[in-house]
Amino acid sequence: MLWHFVQDFIDTPAGPVPRVATVLDAHDRRGALRVRCGFNRSGYRVSPGLYAVGAAGTTSPVLVTANYKLSFDALRSELRGLDAWILVLDTRGINVWCAAGKKTFSTDEIVRRVQLTGLEQVVSHRELLVPQLGAVGVAAQEVKRGCGFAVIWAPIRASDVKSFLASGKKAAPAMRRVTFTLAERAALIPVEIVLFVKLALKTLLVLFLLSGLGAHIFSFTAAWQRGVQAAAAFAAGILAGAVATPLLLPWLPGPAFWLKGGLAGGLAGVFVAAGFWSRTAGLEPVALFLLTAATASFMAMNFTGATPYTSASGVEKEMRRAIPAQFAALGLAALCWVGANFFAR
Amino acid sequence: MDTFRYLPGVATLVYDRDACVGCGACTRVCPHGVFVLDQGRAQLVDRDGCMECGACALNCPPQALAVSPGVGCAAYIINGWIKKAKRKGAG
Repeated sequence: MLWHFVQDFIDTPAGPVPRVATVLDAHDRRGALRVRCGFNRSGYRVSPGLYAVGAAGTTSPVLVTANYKLSFDALRSELRGLDAWILVLDTRGINVWCAAGKKTFSTDEIVRRVQLTGLEQVVSHRELLVPQLGAVGVAAQEVKRGCGFAVIWAPIRASDVKSFLASGKKAAPAMRRVTFTLAERAALIPVEIVLFVKLALKTLLVLFLLSGLGAHIFSFTAAWQRGVQAAAAFAAGILAGAVATPLLLPWLPGPAFWLKGGLAGGLAGVFVAAGFWSRTAGLEPVALFLLTAATASFMAMNFTGATPYTSASGVEKEMRRAIPAQFAALGLAALCWVGANFFAR
Repeated sequence: MDTFRYLPGVATLVYDRDACVGCGACTRVCPHGVFVLDQGRAQLVDRDGCMECGACALNCPPQALAVSPGVGCAAYIINGWIKKAKRKGAG
């Protein structure tokens, strides 16, 4: 079955090439929404190969991208009014930057794809416009050696491609710098939460079990009543670490994510402890506060993987401090929480 | 990325200015403007901006640049630790 975005085929010496639409429709928008919520992300792919835009001809530029459909859509939707070729690499449905990190968006894959598509019969020039972030997996000098095509580093964002082409393939400095705007950070939140659901459910089970432990060995009433309080603290921690921290990232102090999240979670924890103040006793509010703060700190630390500026050395350094601190806070929280049910009633 | 600064003094980036041929590839592939071209050579102007993606080292023809590339992702690093521990346990 043909993708809805294929308009027709144009004949080339290397065979017919599908011509694609440059306007995204309701299908594309629904698909984008689904993968942004974490649904079947790894299955959201287009076939690798050559595609045409407009009246692509022998002198038209060749733009290289990944076969994650979100990447492909981002590119084609910025090419309205242009005549160009799109060379889609097989990156197993992963975006350009991440695929380059895993070396599926690579020198070898470009060379192979150029040969498989017969690109040298389709265009008369010998240039590939490769998005700059692909350089993590692509050595320009090796591509030239492998298939005779010179790599021109194109801007990071597809939205800059048109002005890049119009200015004689010169990128303004800003086109070469990654950004992390509020909108870009917000778009990442749903996936982060969906990926955490499994671990969250297991944690909830443990929280309810711990809440039932006490002088009566195990009480279902306590498990339920106190479990709800612990679950609320846990949920507040997730919100503080995986929603508030990404949104407030530039305004939370310091560079370390576990501390940014710990601070946001600490604030949330004060509200949780205060909210349950009249229904808790002894050290229970302390336990709720610690659980909220530790959860937020962990979620924020995990957000490092979604940002475009954290180094592996930096993340390892902060994890060496963060993980012992998070475990200590959780341990102390468990002691206060379970202990309270032994002694305070 | 001037609004976002990560931990200073940790990047494993090493640059040998004497080996640089001034092609400017590093200034085009770096997403954080860590290098600028100055008098025919690359100049390292923002070491702490480096996120260790490895693009510059891979695209430096005279290999004047080296970096230990890695993914700045806590979940990825935790998974790596678990795998390592499992391998140790099995072997």
